[in-house]
Amino acid sequence: MSTQEMFARPRPDTEAELAIWNLAATVVDPEIPVLTIEDLGVLRRVAIEGSTVLVEITPTYSGCPAVDAMRDDIVTVLHDAGYEDVVVRSVLAPAWTTDWMSDAGAKKLEEYGIAAPAPRGVSGTVNLGLGIRCPHCGSLHTRELSRFGSTSCKALYVCQRCQEPFDYFKEH
Amino acid sequence: MNHSNHVVSTAITAESIADSSVVAPEAVAQYALGLGDDALVLAHRLGEWIANAPELEEDVALGNIGLDLLGHARSLLTYAGTAWDKSEDDLAYFRVENEFRSRQLFEQPIGDFAVTIARQLIASVYFAELYRALSRSEDPTLAAIAAKAVKEVDYHVDHSAQWLRRLGLGTKYSHERMQRGLDAMWPFVDELFRADPYAEDLVGIAVDPRQLRAGFEAVVPGLIVDAGLEIPAGESAQGGGRTGIHSEALGPMLAEMQVLARAHPGATW
Repeated sequence: MSTQEMFARPRPDTEAELAIWNLAATVVDPEIPVLTIEDLGVLRRVAIEGSTVLVEITPTYSGCPAVDAMRDDIVTVLHDAGYEDVVVRSVLAPAWTTDWMSDAGAKKLEEYGIAAPAPRGVSGTVNLGLGIRCPHCGSLHTRELSRFGSTSCKALYVCQRCQEPFDYFKEH
Repeated sequence: MNHSNHVVSTAITAESIADSSVVAPEAVAQYALGLGDDALVLAHRLGEWIANAPELEEDVALGNIGLDLLGHARSLLTYAGTAWDKSEDDLAYFRVENEFRSRQLFEQPIGDFAVTIARQLIASVYFAELYRALSRSEDPTLAAIAAKAVKEVDYHVDHSAQWLRRLGLGTKYSHERMQRGLDAMWPFVDELFRADPYAEDLVGIAVDPRQLRAGFEAVVPGLIVDAGLEIPAGESAQGGGRTGIHSEALGPMLAEMQVLARAHPGATW
């Protein structure tokens, strides 16, 4: 298993931890509510330390304001399930990448009308400007309107075939 | 699968540094404070463009870039604050002008769009060089903050480089304005690469700014020439930001940035 794959699939392997993971994994991104924090690769680790439940998440971008909402939602979900002592920690290393987004997440994103990120590959090289597929009509004949979009993680595109604008979840 | 958990659990907590047991050593905190101030001051300046940029897309772009920088500032100031039991807000809102360590480039008024693009080009390339080097720091928290930041500032370089080219090679008028923007910001370049008094004793942990100049010179002059513009000549500004010496621009900016927190200490919303 490559390092990339290890970081991409951090699900715990004990039943007790997996139960917590599955609860935390129901929390969604407040900006893109079709994606769970597991789909995004933001949920990094779950552990039981004594009577404390520890959940680690990682911000997509350094200034991402959605982290606080995700943290609160994780605490709420776990409290509701009977876990009293919950600590949610943000970790910065290893740095988040869109390569951690699950295939299911990418599919849900497309159905929601946001183009999924192009793969960056294991070496982390920069995207070479391959065509971004329009999530509405499937055309590759699209054009970037703005490299910055409604949130840090998106850029704005327009489809030259169906003329519809759409968000692109930037590879990062 | 145990193995994968082990790898992830070595992750360094940094955003929630305040909640963790990580405490920055005094010298590292002093160094991080300067870097955090650079990012904070420029983030605030970029925020001034929101609803004022030449087009809606640029309101969004400059706002997004500012948000990334604010994220870097929050991590760096929080980390610095662990040494003195101070929060990021204590450091951002309750220090006076001569306690700020930011280099003078960042506090300059936003000027017109060309001035801002010129500063963004200089600042983004500088940050990219800095964070690339700092991601190899022996201090795991600084390394983690830098490794995350470097991917973001690379994208910022691209934004300013594209605008530099578009304005430099656009009309005669846009060319003149872009040249004036470069001329206005260029005197503040030199200070970025002068020795950082707080980095001196931190070999292997801090980055000596003097070592970043070659990387900057390998990128920026070429971009300027390719955009049909001239590399400005002339005197450098006096500098001194790291030791609390600032141009007249910082005071009014801090007054605006700090007024709410000072009028209503502890206010949250």
